[in-house]
Amino acid sequence: MPQKSIRQALNEALAQEMRRDPRIIVIGEDVSGGAGSEGQRDAYGGVLGVTKGLIGEFGDARVIDTPITESAIMGAAAGAAVTGLRPVAELMFSDFLGVCFDQIFNQAAKFRYMFGGKAKTPLVIRTMIGAGRSAAAQHSQSPYGIFTSVPGLKCVVPSNAYDAKGLLIQAIRDDDPVIFCEHKLMYDLRTEVPDEPYTIPFGEANIVRDGDDVTVVALARMVHYAGEAADALAKDGIEVELIDPRTTSPLDEDTILESVERTGRLVIVDEATPRCSIATDIAALVADKAFDALKAPIRRVTAPHTPVPFAPGLEKLYIPSPEKIAAAVREVYGYGK
Amino acid sequence: MSAITAITMPKWGLTMTEGKILGWLKAAGDAVAASDELVEIETTKITNVLEAGETGVLRRIVAAPGATLPIGGLIAVVASLDTPDSEIDAFVAGFTAPEPAAAEAENTASAPQELAAGDYRLHYLDLGDGGVPIVFIHGFGADLNTWMFNQPALAERQRTIALDLPGHGGSTKALSSAFDSAGFAADIDRALAALGINRVHLVGHSMGGAVALHLAGWQPDRVVSLTLIASAELGAEINAAFIGGFVKMERRREAQKVLRLLVHDPALVSRQMVEDVLRYKRLDGVAAALSAIAAEWFPNGVQRARWAEIAATLAIPTQIIWGSDDKIIPLAHAEALADRVPVHILDAAGHLPHMEKSAEVNRLIARFVAG
Repeated sequence: MPQKSIRQALNEALAQEMRRDPRIIVIGEDVSGGAGSEGQRDAYGGVLGVTKGLIGEFGDARVIDTPITESAIMGAAAGAAVTGLRPVAELMFSDFLGVCFDQIFNQAAKFRYMFGGKAKTPLVIRTMIGAGRSAAAQHSQSPYGIFTSVPGLKCVVPSNAYDAKGLLIQAIRDDDPVIFCEHKLMYDLRTEVPDEPYTIPFGEANIVRDGDDVTVVALARMVHYAGEAADALAKDGIEVELIDPRTTSPLDEDTILESVERTGRLVIVDEATPRCSIATDIAALVADKAFDALKAPIRRVTAPHTPVPFAPGLEKLYIPSPEKIAAAVREVYGYGK
Repeated sequence: MSAITAITMPKWGLTMTEGKILGWLKAAGDAVAASDELVEIETTKITNVLEAGETGVLRRIVAAPGATLPIGGLIAVVASLDTPDSEIDAFVAGFTAPEPAAAEAENTASAPQELAAGDYRLHYLDLGDGGVPIVFIHGFGADLNTWMFNQPALAERQRTIALDLPGHGGSTKALSSAFDSAGFAADIDRALAALGINRVHLVGHSMGGAVALHLAGWQPDRVVSLTLIASAELGAEINAAFIGGFVKMERRREAQKVLRLLVHDPALVSRQMVEDVLRYKRLDGVAAALSAIAAEWFPNGVQRARWAEIAATLAIPTQIIWGSDDKIIPLAHAEALADRVPVHILDAAGHLPHMEKSAEVNRLIARFVAG
């Protein structure tokens, strides 16, 4: 099976779905991918390179460049969705959520409910998350916890190219607004991806590796850091069960709870800040529903409650590391022994 | 100098790169004969038992339980009792596993290919050379990987071909021609024509068994022998809950429950095996294909029992292999034919005896195709 990067997997998902369904449009800043060139279209395939080739195949009625106006992009996309199109809108940096939050939080997320189920809002918002590039505090955040907290929104946070393609196609075919979070350091990460279209159901976690000693739940880039930690821990005989929820809303509670009921020990790894976050939410879930199974306190390995630092040395300290994850696992593994 | 034989990590299936020793079924110093069960090995997909290939004494266990070794890595040494320990030591010390590059080259040589058969692209794996080829036909919802313990072993003696039926594995998913046993038999016929193969030994499992039977009844001159494993269409009963569950399942937990019905020992169904089935089921077109095939083959949860008489009266040598604990198609379908064709019932096996008791099934097929 061919190896593809996350960028290629997302591009393939968009192209295949646009071929299947003429109602699907792409809208955002320079999604035609010509900005910065001498006028030729699709010179770069968009800032993220994900929309490459779409303008040529589907034309500018379906691949719509916008001004730098997030509120207009999201407002237009939400309106298009509720009136019969299936837009995939691009919010280049999820950090810019603030300027278009009304359109997402109080409009798109509420339409179906406010109209008594008579309106559908098949809207996908692709957006970039993540620190690690010295892009500073205003371009490095991972605000999927905010999206997850809003009833009416679904939230996807993939960690590899196979999941990225299947989850994006699922998102496009879903009749509710879906926020699709892409980590800016992971676009070139490759894995085996089928050429055919396929879907991965929301709310179905991936068990990345099996283990009986400690359950580790991690998202996006942290799945790979947790995997590195698990490799190191395996050498010392500590077997980690690594769970990637893939979607934070809906969340596959059963897979997490079943695992903790077996291991009795839980570490949650999250690149986002810890207050009112996914890590905190999962800790509460397990404390609430699997308290009797716990043999050790739940540990969260997260960023600190501060903005993301610009200085590379500080930023490195800010992001959870494989070493910090391994230390947390060792701590809960040794607790009470 | 006496003969010393290396027991090495086997390669089961296309994607296996390493295996983990679960437990030894023989101790150092035990006499072993060919086909004795030696050691349980776990891969990411499945756990299987490795059998001895030689007669001798298990002189040294090199890989302890829990050890993970690459394919070709030394796990034990078999030699005669009078071989001095020093020679065994020297053999172990001097053993070199094949280079990863060589293993990779072999991997490429054994990659599946694609052929055109009518409107379909069919995925197939062609292993081994010479002789009348053995053609493997998988069952409902499966693919050529179901033969991962059988095809490489039998390919050591002759050419073998395993195909993915339309709607399955890596073949075209959208069904555009008939897909009852006659329709699938016509697809296999077209595939064999594309490969330039005339005479074949057929091995069919479950739904693939009925396809093989149809092909044998239709073109008896081309089929040299017929091995039917837990075959469909030999009787009316089938586990409708399994078929319905398989068609419907989308998530890991339900898939695990459904797939466990296939085997005698539920521990055989690994997470990776569940994941592989789900990855197939998620592809566009698969749900539609499986629903259509299930409705054609098992309408209202009942099989068209059209082949029992043909299986019993075919002039082609035919053998039937069944697991004693088959929870999908009842053992009675095989037993009803036992006075007319050889029927081999394998203990502690479910609907997948070719995986659960692979060495025994391989021996039965090898002996049968050798005439």
